[in-house]
Amino acid sequence: MELKLNLSSSPHIRSKDKTSTIMRDVVIALTPATLFGIYIFGMNALMVVAVSIITAVLTEAGIQKLRNKKITITDWSAVVTGLLLAMNMPGGSPWWLAVIGAVFAIAIAKHAFGGLGHNFINPALAARAFIMSGWMGRMTGYTTPKIHEISQATPLNVIKGAFSLDTSALSQFKDVYDAALANVQSTASLGDMFFGNIGGVIGETSALLLILGGLYLLLRGVISYRIPTFYIGTVAILSFFLYGFNLELVAYLLLGGGLMLGAFFMATDYSSSPINPKGQIIFAIGCGILTVVIRRFGGYPEGVSYSILLMNVAAPLIEKYSSPKVFGGGK
Amino acid sequence: MGLLSFRGGIHPPHAKKSTEKKPVEHLVEPKVVVIPLHQHIGAPCEPVVNVGDHVKVGQKIGNATSFVSAPVHSSVSGVVKEIGPKLTLGGKTTCVVIESDGLNTISEEVKPKGDISTLDGKEILEIIKEAGIVGMGGAGFPTHVKLSPPPNKPIDYVILNGAECEPYLTADHRLMLENPESIIYGLKALMKVLGVTKGYVGIENNKMDAIEKMTKAAEKEAGIEVVALKTKYPQGAEKQLIYACTKRQVPSGGLPLEAGVVVSNVATASAVSEAIQTGMPLVQRICTVTGSGVKEPKNVMIKTGTMLSEIVEQCGGLTDDISKLIWGGPMMGISMSTLNIPATKTASGILCLNEADATIPEKSDCIKCGKCVDICPAFIQPMLLDAYALRSNYDQAEKLRVLDCIECGSCSFVCPAKRPLLHSIRVAKREVLARKKRV
Repeated sequence: MELKLNLSSSPHIRSKDKTSTIMRDVVIALTPATLFGIYIFGMNALMVVAVSIITAVLTEAGIQKLRNKKITITDWSAVVTGLLLAMNMPGGSPWWLAVIGAVFAIAIAKHAFGGLGHNFINPALAARAFIMSGWMGRMTGYTTPKIHEISQATPLNVIKGAFSLDTSALSQFKDVYDAALANVQSTASLGDMFFGNIGGVIGETSALLLILGGLYLLLRGVISYRIPTFYIGTVAILSFFLYGFNLELVAYLLLGGGLMLGAFFMATDYSSSPINPKGQIIFAIGCGILTVVIRRFGGYPEGVSYSILLMNVAAPLIEKYSSPKVFGGGK
Repeated sequence: MGLLSFRGGIHPPHAKKSTEKKPVEHLVEPKVVVIPLHQHIGAPCEPVVNVGDHVKVGQKIGNATSFVSAPVHSSVSGVVKEIGPKLTLGGKTTCVVIESDGLNTISEEVKPKGDISTLDGKEILEIIKEAGIVGMGGAGFPTHVKLSPPPNKPIDYVILNGAECEPYLTADHRLMLENPESIIYGLKALMKVLGVTKGYVGIENNKMDAIEKMTKAAEKEAGIEVVALKTKYPQGAEKQLIYACTKRQVPSGGLPLEAGVVVSNVATASAVSEAIQTGMPLVQRICTVTGSGVKEPKNVMIKTGTMLSEIVEQCGGLTDDISKLIWGGPMMGISMSTLNIPATKTASGILCLNEADATIPEKSDCIKCGKCVDICPAFIQPMLLDAYALRSNYDQAEKLRVLDCIECGSCSFVCPAKRPLLHSIRVAKREVLARKKRV
């Protein structure tokens, strides 16, 4: 009998995981925080999310069509980029800003460098930095959450503000850290911070939902514990030392800004972080140090996105010098 | 006690359910056997019989011509019909074709050799060598060579591999359940040859019944410990098994004996015991015939030289949607283009996969997820090696230690982009080795 047989080299079986299931898991993990962002910032936030995702997907398809490449929008990776970009934009952003950001993310940060798996920086963060440099006011004009009336300034802005208070304003406090804590406490409670009833960009406010999403990715094996743990851990330890050993202030610093979003979803971007375990730890610690240094000493109240971008650029170098030692050592 | 294990590895589906509870069946006596004279790593044998000769079961038909080689014996009694090149797994090689007379007359050469308590190490080694025993886990390395380490390399442990980490295969599992005493006896023989007082039998903990049976069989043996290993692929890879049992790492590029360990398969140990206790050389073995492409998956006792087609026929035959035939397990087995080849001493499994199971999804671009790096038990970086191999940058591949790959296939298995990583690595390895030879 003639048999029609497949011949190939081993192994002959494959795991069920696919690129598309991984990317879809990321979207699932981000959904609660996004929905919450839409809930507190309103319909305009929904518009920003939709425009950003649709533009990202269309840009990817368009570029691949122009270059006569296989169109891979079904792998969900452009959806992830579009969604992450939207989560990094204020809820009141105009639609065209989302379009510009998404086109930049996909066309320049991703495809100009070779497409999926080849981008050397996180496309969403690169796009955020790009539109930030062009439309600073719109990118930092945070919409006030509608749940209850609070100041428009983000908690991290408030903490930063304390360091530029004059001596007379500071005189009623023990020290500048005490002042920062008192001011931020009047802005938002730790509970507000945790649940997300604070100012900020669409996707960063609810630490709780971001952590849940991150845990989902950990459980699904999409990300490893290494980058989030070492990133957040470094920020916690360093903040403790640089913010007057004030534990409560540290809690605000951990829950505030984009740390949870960055640590679980942005710094863990596959292609812009090192591939080996040791490299990932070095990368995460570097992100943590830069974040705290920018927050404490830099010109911005928040340093998560720039710290990740800077470490993205350093990732190939880290990767080169953190190659694992082979089994059995030798040479 | 915690389970012993190694770092890295994957969890493929076990797929052992269909055969693990099935006792080993004997097949209908083959009418003709085609016995290759090269069933092992090393030099092929020279035939010592002529066409027309009458041979008996256990009679030597091929003699080893060099040290790294193993003699070949007849698995049936009958008449030699032909000696010449025939298709085998590794291509055409000289085979002895014997027509069975169905009587299974046992050769006069086959008689009990005594007991390990009275035999000395040298005598046991000679028995093993003459019985044509080779590593039955897959590679087929002559066992007597393994048991002859250079005098400056002291051996501390003998480890028997009962991990059977390959999905689907249950041949070793059945052997451990049905003949645990022979395995322990064989282990004692190996330990005596090497002058070793400590022996391990490593078994994955998805075979608790085998662990129990083996522990019971070994309970009176002071120097032998049956250890439970974590069920994880490739737990049965030599270097990973040594690490799991002893926490010793075999040096890169080195042999297990450099870590003071000799590893052997449980089936090999059982063959050693058979050779000593009954004098029967290695002419048959247990083989798992399984997978979605065969109608009645079974564990069968096969005689060397039996055509695979005959074996599969007695397991109900192939299904209509058969799509892949594999010699061995799904992780490291070799895909075959035909069943018209003979079984050998290393045929641990015949895996038949239907179209759904055999289809490998289309590959896409690497997303740099790093999963292959995470799970590589050799701690190399498959995705980088894939990239360098595809660019023919073999210098860089060598620098990244491509030669340390143990070809377990975990990287290709785990890759979400379905890249054939091991395939690239094999190309790079071959190229790097070829260059080394040229220099």
